[in-house]
Amino acid sequence: MTQTTTDPAALSRTVTVDRALLVDYANASGDQNPIHQDADFARSVGLEDVIAHGMWTMGAALDVVTAYVGGDPGRVLSCSTRFTGMVVVPEGETVEVLVEGVIKKSDEEAGTQTVELTATCAGEKVLGRCLAVVRA
Amino acid sequence: MAVNPDYAGREYPPVGPFPVTAEEIAAFADAIGSTSAAHRDPAAAQALGHADVVAPPTFAVRLAQQCEAQLIRDEDAGIDFSRVVHGEESFTHHRPITAGDSLSGVLHVDRIREAGGHGMVSTRVELSDARGAPVTTVKSTIVVRGGG
Repeated sequence: MTQTTTDPAALSRTVTVDRALLVDYANASGDQNPIHQDADFARSVGLEDVIAHGMWTMGAALDVVTAYVGGDPGRVLSCSTRFTGMVVVPEGETVEVLVEGVIKKSDEEAGTQTVELTATCAGEKVLGRCLAVVRA
Repeated sequence: MAVNPDYAGREYPPVGPFPVTAEEIAAFADAIGSTSAAHRDPAAAQALGHADVVAPPTFAVRLAQQCEAQLIRDEDAGIDFSRVVHGEESFTHHRPITAGDSLSGVLHVDRIREAGGHGMVSTRVELSDARGAPVTTVKSTIVVRGGG
């Protein structure tokens, strides 16, 4: 049995991130680069402040696609993105990232759909050419 | 320090096996705010036809980055990790990753070059299961910012 939600709002979601979540992501992913946890270190290498892992943003955005295919991660066949901007996460703040998706292509023969996502933070596009191919 | 273009085309010995646990999948799902019950509840995953809880689509980065470390840590490759930003990432799933998998990864350096004062490094990790069957291909491009 396959199902897809038909609600276009299902392809749109606001996700939030704070410093504590970045520590959780660092531990869950194994990416302990201090630019994602230590403001002094981030500034020492020319960044404005701590930034979210690009892979956190990609992962958070892709859940919109998993939800679209009935919550079955196994139907997300491939996904790709470019990282076009940074999600700056100041101490004590909760930062919002707006994820929006559209169905870019349906291939009935292959039984697949291509979803294109955008992710925007503070008016800047942080994911570009973010595409996921799903089993429809 | 510039990246070393001589590393293009290198293939590294397999890394792993990495046992994939339900706890790791749930922790990763929680950290990215994933909503699907299939990441946490074996019964929900089985109802969708999976053997056990299923990893989120980007979970494989956890394993791939451990393989990529072979290149990043190699001083002769010229990659200053403090100046690295992520350029691109892609995952092609040959089958879903589920709890109970035991995966190994082979790192390939597809491209490494200087461009516009920055280093551009494209890698590919081929993850395979205990029987050697392909599971996920993870491609990553990192940019080593120049001027340091």
